[in-house]
This record gives sequence, structure tokens and C-alpha cells, in this order.
Amino acid sequence: MSEANIFKPYLLKIEQVIDETPDVKTMRLVFTDEQEGKDFTFRTGQFGEYSVFGEGECTFCIASPPTRSGYIECTFRKVGRVTSALANLEPGEIIGFRGPYGNIFPISDWEGKNLLFIAGGIALPPMRSVIWNVLDLRDRYGGITIIYGARTVADLVYKRELDEWAERADVKLITTVDPGGETPDWKGKSGFVPAVLDKAAPSSRDTVAVVCGPPVMIKFTFPVLAKLGFGPESIFTTLENRMKCGVGKCGRCNVGKYFVCKDGPVFTFAQLQEMPPEY
Amino acid sequence: MEIEIKVISRDALERVFSLWLAAGKRILAPKKTGELVDFAWVTQLSEVCLDQVQTVQSPKLAIFPKVEELFSYQTAFDQVTIQDRPLEALEEIVVFGLRPCDAAAFASLAAIFTWDSPDQLFSARFEKMTLVGVSCARADEYCFCTSVGGGPGATTGSDILLTDIGSGEYLAEIISEKGRQTVQAAAGKFQPAAGKEKESHLAKVVPSFALAKITPALAALFDDDAFWAEQSRRCLGCGACAYVCPTCACFDIQDEGAGDSGKRLRCWDSCGFSMFTLHTSGHNPRPLQSQRWRQRLMHKFAYMPERQKVLGCVGCGRCSRACPVDMNVLEHLRAIAEAKI
Repeated sequence: MSEANIFKPYLLKIEQVIDETPDVKTMRLVFTDEQEGKDFTFRTGQFGEYSVFGEGECTFCIASPPTRSGYIECTFRKVGRVTSALANLEPGEIIGFRGPYGNIFPISDWEGKNLLFIAGGIALPPMRSVIWNVLDLRDRYGGITIIYGARTVADLVYKRELDEWAERADVKLITTVDPGGETPDWKGKSGFVPAVLDKAAPSSRDTVAVVCGPPVMIKFTFPVLAKLGFGPESIFTTLENRMKCGVGKCGRCNVGKYFVCKDGPVFTFAQLQEMPPEY
Repeated sequence: MEIEIKVISRDALERVFSLWLAAGKRILAPKKTGELVDFAWVTQLSEVCLDQVQTVQSPKLAIFPKVEELFSYQTAFDQVTIQDRPLEALEEIVVFGLRPCDAAAFASLAAIFTWDSPDQLFSARFEKMTLVGVSCARADEYCFCTSVGGGPGATTGSDILLTDIGSGEYLAEIISEKGRQTVQAAAGKFQPAAGKEKESHLAKVVPSFALAKITPALAALFDDDAFWAEQSRRCLGCGACAYVCPTCACFDIQDEGAGDSGKRLRCWDSCGFSMFTLHTSGHNPRPLQSQRWRQRLMHKFAYMPERQKVLGCVGCGRCSRACPVDMNVLEHLRAIAEAKI
């Protein structure tokens, strides 16, 4: 009886709200209880259940890296009941947070290797945590390449950080938008992510690939990576199945016998090949 | 502990009910309302109905209510106060008259709620519950406890198991420490049981499939879309099977608030519902009813045995009795066990 109520959330104060696109926001959140904030730790890849009291909970990754303490960030699209309510909140207001849940990107195993990040649309947030994590420990990793695509220029998130990555000499950034999604002053590429990846043809030698994006992008990206010589063990992705509890009980995020909330959300392509297509 | 065998008369049992109430325990037992027999709070043995093969609902609601408050909250613009559930306020309860299958089902529920991150509220309720089962004198065509490791007189899960041996007497098997304490607290009501037996008073439930064949068959059949389409053709996705099931534990979490206060609630849910796994984007990992039916059986007969080391089915037959389109899970399991793989 000494264990805590696993459904009782931390209380976090919204410190800052950033409009990423017309319907995507990033929130910087700080613990209202200073001690809880100091004791809270997480690792890159983990997620949480964010809640607006009176509306309910929703599941997002922690979009900030563990190397930056004192706050966590989440990025979400305003779509349903909870995210709409969340989007209406202002700095100073309080939300609930349960977590961190799930497994991690094994970035200590990646030390000394080159890293290739491939993201589509609203799937950059889970990858942003790991990108900043490795950039904050830059000397431990080899070359870092980021390929990021969205439907239109307006749909690109973290624009200020894309500019920052573009300017860094130790990062190779390729941005692309779907054909027709360009603006007159767009300087990035035009084309779908798998095609842009194919053309960029990064080397698979000593390289780990991390892919996050909509199912259709992932589906067409895996064969290109295979063609480039990436083995299924060196391709990582995250699954985004619907969740309620986050702790392996509510019964809906499973892919076969695997719980995305406990065994994931990070999986290798090798693991996905062994799993039924329930994602 | 070793099972101790005693007898108790119906009159003495009636007095035990009074002792439970005097000790502050609430009693949940099968009660007849109109044509339906279901678990309800009772105060005396005469209210209890034991003539039925099974109640409509399972007794899981004793510790896993349909809707349950996880905590309540009060909000202001820049302040939220969370009021946790006071666990010490949870009442001690006795579930009386549940069948051996239902008693066994609590182990499956506990496996889900206590694996990995233990659910404190569930565990506290479980601790405060005593199970006094009554074995089955009758069974029907939907019962299949003996195919999934149980039996009409099986003691697993019960703290005390009673068997009606006629002439107003019950044979009482004292199975657990909680059961022993119950007997001690009812000094003199339980008597020595020299020469009494229960076997001749039990229903006969003939095993109807080989459980050992089910898990490997499910693994082999997973990708056989035609098989699952055939199995689930009638399924309406109504979720009745999950609601009456004693081991189904899938739940939703919802807020119910008005103004600046409210509650966060856990509510029963079902893998049979089309929206259960629906993503916000509109994508659904299990878009077909056949895939949802497969999930139901895989979860109980393949995933739970592997992940939580228990079977997710006790053979009570409630899902088949409740199904509005008469899908009999026993026929489906037989077809799986006998499938050519």
C-alpha cells in the first residue's frame, strides 16, 4: 500500500507556448513542485500522458532532450478534445503529466557511429529529443545527417531549430516538402522523403538510421534504407499506437504480444519484421 | 496451506452473515431481481440465490467497478489540487456464492493489474476482499471450466469453498489464511466434517477441447484472414462479451468535470469496439471486426499466458450466454483446437 497511485499525475506549469504551424504548438512545462522537478529523470525516446483537467489525457513523447533539465517540452497538433483544450491554455496554467513511460533510443550504443535521422511532418518531435541529446554530446558521435519533410512549408515544425541545424557545420540538414507544397522563397528540396533519401544516398557504413513519420512514409523509406545497405538492426523507429494507461494494462496499444507502452515505443526494423502488422 | 474440511449448516451460515456485517464487512452475492440473477449487496443469506448456473454479470465489479474514480481535482487558473483516493476508506467485502470459475478469474485480473507497474487501488481492494465460493451442482452447454484448468468444485482462488451436500448442510473447504480467519471469527459455526464428501454433489462438465493445442494453433492461424473472417462473421462488435467476462480488464480513462472541479475515471472498455484502437489521424491498426475478434482470443489464450503467465479465460461461458448473435466461444475454441495447421 506504500506505492503511489499510478494514475495520479505530476502538476506542470506552462512556461511558454510556441506556435509551430497554425495547428501545432510546442509547450515548455515546469514542475510546480520544485522537488518533484529535481527528482524527475527521463531518457530520450520516452513518452507521457498529458492531461487537461476536465477534458482528459493524451499521449505524446517528451520532445525535449534529457540533457536540458529544469523543464520538459511537448509538441502536439490540435485535433481532438484534449489537444484542442490544451491548445487553448496560456502560460501560467497547469496541466497534468504522467510518465516517463516506455523504452528509449539506445544512444549510448550508438557512440562512435554516424547517425541518419529521417522524419516526416509531426513525427519530428520524438526525433527532436534524440537529435538535441546527441548534439549536446556532439563529440561522442560521428557524422549527423537529418532529412526532414512535410506536406507544405507551413507544416514544417521547429523552423527556428531547422535554421540552427542548417547553420551548424557539424550537421547536414536536408529539408523537403511534398511537390506543390513549396513557397516562392523555399530553398529546400521538393519531393517525398523516400525519394529525397534515395537521391541523397547517405552511406550506411557505421551508421544508425532513425525513422519517424506517418505509416506511409515509413513503409516507403525502409526499402530505400535497405537498398543503401542498412541492416534491419540498425534502423530504429517509434510506434504510435493509441494508449490510455501507458503502463501495460488498458489493453489497446499492443502489437501482437508486445505492448508499445512497455516494450516500445522504440523498435528496430528487425523487431518490426517479427511483429504482426497491427500498427 | 493445507485445505481444512468442515461442515456448516444453513442456519449457522445465516448467523455468519450477521457476524460479517457486525464486523463492518459488506456482502456481495447473487440476488434474483425479476428473471435476472446478478451480484448485489445483501444483508442476509435468504436474499441470496444459488439456483442459477451463473449470474449474468461477473463479480469482477467487486474490485474493478464499471466506473471508478482514480482521483478528484479542483482547479483555478494557476493552481490545481488533486485529492487522492483514501485507500483506508475502502470497505472490507465478502463475495459470497461466486462459482469456482469466478474465483479463479480474480487471479487473471490480478495478473493484469499488478504486473510491472502495480495498480495500488486494485491491490488495496483485492486485499480487502474475501471469496466464499459455492461449487456447481449444475452446469449448462456453455460451461467449459474443465477445458481451461478449472472444475465445478475447483478450489483455486476461493478463500472458502462451500458445496451443498443436502439436508441443509454445506461442506466447507478452508483454503487460505483469509478463509481460516473467517472460520476463527465465526467460532463454533463451522463443525468437523467426518466422512463427508463433495464429489457426488458436483456437476459433470466434460472437457471439450485440448487447451495445449490452442496457443500454438492461434500463433499458426494469426495470418489466416479467411479463418478469422469466418469466425467473426456474425460479430456486431457490441462488447457484451467483455462486459460480462470475469477476466476482461481493458479500460478507458475519462474526465468528468463541471466548472472548476471533477474526477478522473477509469471505465470498462472492450477490444471489440471499432474505436478502441483508432488513432487520431483516422488510421486504425485493427480496422476489421475479424481482427478485433482475433485480438480477443489471442489476448486471452496467447498473450496473457506468455506475458502475465496466466490464462485469460476461466470457462464461465458468460460471453456465449450474453452474445446477442449467439456466438458460442466454445465452438470457436474447438474450431481453433481442431484447425489443420
